[in-house]
Amino acid sequence: MNLIENNNYNYPDAKGKFGVFGGKFVPETLMSALYELEDMYNSLKENPDFLKELYSLQKDYNGRPTPLTYANRLTDYYEKAKIYLKREDLCHTGAHKINNALGQILLAIKLGKKRIIAETGAGQHGVATATVCAKFGLQCIVYMGEVDVERQSLNVFRMKMLGAEVRPVSSGSKTLKDATNEAIRDWVANVKDTHYIIGSVVGPHPYPMIVRDFQSIIGEEVKTQILEKENKLPDYIVACVGGGSNAMGIFYPFVGNENVKLIGIEAAGYGIETDKHCATLTLGTPGIFQGMNTYLLQDKFGQISEVHSISAGLDYPGVGPEHSMLNDIKRAQYFSATDEEALEATLQISKLEGILPALETAHAFSYLNKLMPNTNKEEIVIVNVSGRGDKDLNIIIKNLGDKI
Amino acid sequence: MSKIKEHIESLNNSGRKALSVFLTAGFPDNNKFFDTARIILDNGADILEIGIPFSDPLADGPVIQQSSQIALQNGITLEKSIIAAGKLTKEFDKPIILMGYANPIISFGKENFVKAAVENKICGVIIPDIPIEEYDDFFENKFAGLDTILLTTPTSSEERIKSIDLKSSGFVYCVSVTGTTGIRYDFSDDTLINLETTYRNIIKNKMMIGFGISKPEDIKTFSPYCDGVIVGSAVIKSIMNDNNKFEKTKELINSLSKACNN
Repeated sequence: MNLIENNNYNYPDAKGKFGVFGGKFVPETLMSALYELEDMYNSLKENPDFLKELYSLQKDYNGRPTPLTYANRLTDYYEKAKIYLKREDLCHTGAHKINNALGQILLAIKLGKKRIIAETGAGQHGVATATVCAKFGLQCIVYMGEVDVERQSLNVFRMKMLGAEVRPVSSGSKTLKDATNEAIRDWVANVKDTHYIIGSVVGPHPYPMIVRDFQSIIGEEVKTQILEKENKLPDYIVACVGGGSNAMGIFYPFVGNENVKLIGIEAAGYGIETDKHCATLTLGTPGIFQGMNTYLLQDKFGQISEVHSISAGLDYPGVGPEHSMLNDIKRAQYFSATDEEALEATLQISKLEGILPALETAHAFSYLNKLMPNTNKEEIVIVNVSGRGDKDLNIIIKNLGDKI
Repeated sequence: MSKIKEHIESLNNSGRKALSVFLTAGFPDNNKFFDTARIILDNGADILEIGIPFSDPLADGPVIQQSSQIALQNGITLEKSIIAAGKLTKEFDKPIILMGYANPIISFGKENFVKAAVENKICGVIIPDIPIEEYDDFFENKFAGLDTILLTTPTSSEERIKSIDLKSSGFVYCVSVTGTTGIRYDFSDDTLINLETTYRNIIKNKMMIGFGISKPEDIKTFSPYCDGVIVGSAVIKSIMNDNNKFEKTKELINSLSKACNN
């Protein structure tokens, strides 16, 4: 396993910047913890014992490598490029989030921290964190916006069953951004004995780097698998982007392969012409939020917008700083899909491939309607199936009940 | 010399610790903000720290979060906050400083911000999400005419405290405890040891202690280790629960001010 190599692409720099993005915009209280985490990570990331321990967990507990499935009926439907699916929905707990949680729990143990906190939107990162805490016997507290507690109630029960305490957050828009604020505030207060397992490639340095590195196991496996199956690299990789961890995980090992087009799909909510969306890279402007300089959805006074997506995991007004840079240097392209398009794609993929994708993932699938007509039969498209949709059944039934 | 530093020094020379009081701009509403600011300055505060509301105030506890939310609902903006501060600098000779998060400042434009602040006779600025690592890039020497007040915390190493002192002007804001702003019911011995260490390492600047201070006893406890204290949440909370004439708030400020006299 190789967590870090990517020729000619060395980001973040020593100050934690991805070009002008990233950085460490946090209260002074957290600076020592960020250095401690960075030093520990740097000392372990190439340590054979650490990597062996992580690899064995990824294999024997998480079920990796996840398959790369040829989507024959979906391919037939478009009659264009071959479509493969990277099956992160088959990870233990049902989404890619656990790849990072496993890595970070090992870091937390090495740091001697006894208490783990996390934020969650859809609940997938909360479940993943609660799971690894159960596995390693650490105390776990998960912050979750009240709106998300309601719409992802199944995951709330899962977290509780796993022994975690779920703290509903009632400030602001009561979603992922507010849960993240509350987790950061908890960390500021309890930094001595607490490790904060951030769930996406967001926040202050070194988090965007660490989460990316732990998630890049996705892209590394894809590289091996697609070479085995097709003896060439893909032409397109498509992934959904909220904070952007599943996308960064599958993109990163391919950043140096310039012919592989990297496409991120954000949530357009009710439509990007409305003010109810979270298409940060499509419509946002740079600013400083939750420890990082990155694209944000904000008003003209620099106040962070209350955003909307049907999928709690994408319902976030910021985006990982590395995506902001990849966008600006045009190494990756970002588009968006509406709530409605995502719901349609959920049904389509269920019927054609026997896979019920998470609503987050469905945003990536819905983009195939736009992408596929421009591809040809010689090409290969890979979609990252970041998670499975069982958790979304209530929302799907509410919105599509009569169509199912 | 910085007006703030001069002011704190002359207070210290007269045997008094400086009292700085925090008030959120636009709170409790756009007019009553002025009434309460005047009450604060007329009843013994030596410095007024005006908070520029932000939607996501990471360093703040529930009380200041709530006041920020109320102020934003009242339509306050960064520009309006500076103008409000300017009105007070005309009435009072005491230093007035601004505290705000980085994003609204960037959005307004750093140069515009400094220009407006200097024109309105603001003395200094506190930006809690700009640590020393980001200081050079963020301030880019553009903050001429404004003191830049940085924060130390219980987790800052002595080495960091020294760099923070070097980069700060006006005073160094020493955060008493780990955590967000808000009332604390007691302070541990570790807190005092820590404050003593910090105070010893602050050489260039005056040092003010903030976070958690709510009553005269707290000021007495901290007095040996600082040149002044900052009170925020306790005052905001008092304003929230007070009558229209803000009599309880007057009393609170008076008692805090008295505790600042040796």
